[in-house]
Amino acid sequence: MSTTSERASTNGPVEGSTVDGGAGGALAPRPGSAAAAVDRAKAEGRAALVAYLPVGFPDLDASVAAAKAAVAGGADVVELGLPYSDPTMDGPTIQRAVEVALRARTRPADVLRAVEQVAATGAAVLVMTYWPPVDRYGVDRFAADLASAGAAGLITPDLIPDEADGWIAASDEHDLERVFLVAPSSTDARLASTAAACRGFVYAASTMGVTGARTAVGAGAAGLVERTRAAGAERVCVGLGVSTPEQAAQVAGYADGVIVGSAFVARLLQAGSPAEGARAVGELAEDLARGVRRA
Amino acid sequence: MSTPVARAQEQPAPATGLAAERGPYFGAFGGRFVPEALVAALDEIEAAHTAAMADESFLAELAELHRTYSGRPSILTPVPRFAEHAGGATVLLKREDLNHTGSHKINNVLGQALLTKRMGKSRVIAETGAGQHGVATATAAALMGLECTIYMGEEDTRRQALNVARMRLLGATVVPVTAGSRTLKDAVNEAFRDWVASVDTTHYAFGTVAGPHPFPVLVRDYQRVIGLEARAQVLELTGRLPDAVCACVGGGSNAIGIFHAFLDDPQVALHGYEAGGDGVETGRHAAPITAGVTGVFQGARQFVMQDEDGQTIESHSISAGLDYPGVGPEHAWLAAGGRASYHPVTDAQAMDAFRLLCRTEGIIPAIESSHALAGALQLGRELGPDAVLLVNLSGRGDKDVDTAARWFDLVSDADLVASEAERVADAPQRTEGAGW
Repeated sequence: MSTTSERASTNGPVEGSTVDGGAGGALAPRPGSAAAAVDRAKAEGRAALVAYLPVGFPDLDASVAAAKAAVAGGADVVELGLPYSDPTMDGPTIQRAVEVALRARTRPADVLRAVEQVAATGAAVLVMTYWPPVDRYGVDRFAADLASAGAAGLITPDLIPDEADGWIAASDEHDLERVFLVAPSSTDARLASTAAACRGFVYAASTMGVTGARTAVGAGAAGLVERTRAAGAERVCVGLGVSTPEQAAQVAGYADGVIVGSAFVARLLQAGSPAEGARAVGELAEDLARGVRRA
Repeated sequence: MSTPVARAQEQPAPATGLAAERGPYFGAFGGRFVPEALVAALDEIEAAHTAAMADESFLAELAELHRTYSGRPSILTPVPRFAEHAGGATVLLKREDLNHTGSHKINNVLGQALLTKRMGKSRVIAETGAGQHGVATATAAALMGLECTIYMGEEDTRRQALNVARMRLLGATVVPVTAGSRTLKDAVNEAFRDWVASVDTTHYAFGTVAGPHPFPVLVRDYQRVIGLEARAQVLELTGRLPDAVCACVGGGSNAIGIFHAFLDDPQVALHGYEAGGDGVETGRHAAPITAGVTGVFQGARQFVMQDEDGQTIESHSISAGLDYPGVGPEHAWLAAGGRASYHPVTDAQAMDAFRLLCRTEGIIPAIESSHALAGALQLGRELGPDAVLLVNLSGRGDKDVDTAARWFDLVSDADLVASEAERVADAPQRTEGAGW
């Protein structure tokens, strides 16, 4: 089936506002997109490594340095978190980091500048954001500024496609990827509609719960990936609770990408200095990168 | 039952006009800004609630609990001595303060606890700002044999230690929330975090008419009994409808509860009173309709106190039950469309009305409800002696005695020093809420 996630184009604005990918996914994703990064990993016979880091923690420059260290360590895609005052999907680790970022008044403009700097490394950069800040910024303006900054698109943990008309139109106009989430509780009908609404990849939440390291990745994750593919998704990456190379290897066995967040943030929280933090993030990325190649 | 009041409670007429609105959107407001993981549960609740509302046995069971457990119908009390200060208008108080647990909150939780059992779930969770919704939920859980966890901001657990003890006496687990500003909005966030991981067995008994669809509709359906009764009671007593209905608005559940039966009576003015705190112009308030912006907050598009980056601004009110930076989408819609009007009432105005009702009528109101009383005083002076005002006295003020004693300087310095020692760093002082 032709899914919007297969939407492809050359660089630059897309003509018209068709959501249909046209030739059914035969076209290659645009360079710099998360889809391209996932496909590149797939061509190497492995899963992609996706690293989350919140902008502004421990401070602005250090968060950019940490993200670059993650890329140098082997992350194929970077998710830069836009700090929000009420992060209902996040566990204690990311909450703590985001509180620090907000106390320092990290703003959307700071996130856009961080995107520019991290995208300059060549990695695909998605912004992970709760919806209220984007809504307040104005979805059209935010999409335009994201595209100018070189972002691949957005991951929206609290925006379901049902509420996303404005974002779907704006992301089409600016050729941005839109990553919605699916969960073990999603019905097959919702998996299909969400997969159709995504561009780039579908984010499968491994478990019912919030972000944070867990001793085991949700047992239902493999089944969810399978169901999501059956519902039409071309690329499915798995996040929530993945923190170790062993878990990364396990998830890489059935998913197109492995998303790690809290484990990186925990390294920064534990570090004695920003430089030490960036080094620890880079080392974890290297370990995880070996993990996704072990599957 | 034969009385009009009882009939209104048991067999409400089918809603038409404005009252027929059932979401997910109220005009531009409402919706579901939630993680996909919760969509299935919200769908399940909506289906169960819709079926329950059409199930006579469910409605009869709820009505029986109202009659024999929480004390409905609540009475209507004329307050002529108070009304002398309201331009001599007729002021009628709808006495939700006399309900079991001391506020209107019990109406909602009895309905949701029945619904929890109907869905086959064994555990209920809730947020509470000051303790009223938490106490009501713990009460209903004890009554129906449900496991119960209440999330409460750490700041609020310290300020409201007595309510924490009440909930624990009732068998609930109380979890102090240390995230964010450690108050009500953070308790809501934490309840959502619990829920996303426990949704198979757990119902989230949301406390007000905010949050994602269907909560605004569901909570309103359980609170609209207030207005259905009051409308019949006012007709019975005065032979006509009131000129105005007054209620305080935090999230908005007591207000929507009493407004709803009057939405399609255009001759009845509807007035909501938000917490003006130190004064809206100071920025220290909890008046998102008056001074907020349209935005997304905790699951719905609404009016919210937000900075230019979309970050939530902390609210301030002497009344913890109104101390919330958002407001339910149905209120936002009624405000935007002009059907209801909303006004800020400062801490000082509310406390003046609080004292006046104590001294003229022998009724100690909740500080939340005192915002509505303050509004009625002014409205009565504007409308004159022929006016009939219906005021929702949403909660009782026993819980507020400590705050009031401090506000009016009724305790000796020695007393204050003793208790102050236990309250270091508690400024500005707040109280528990009839609202939430």
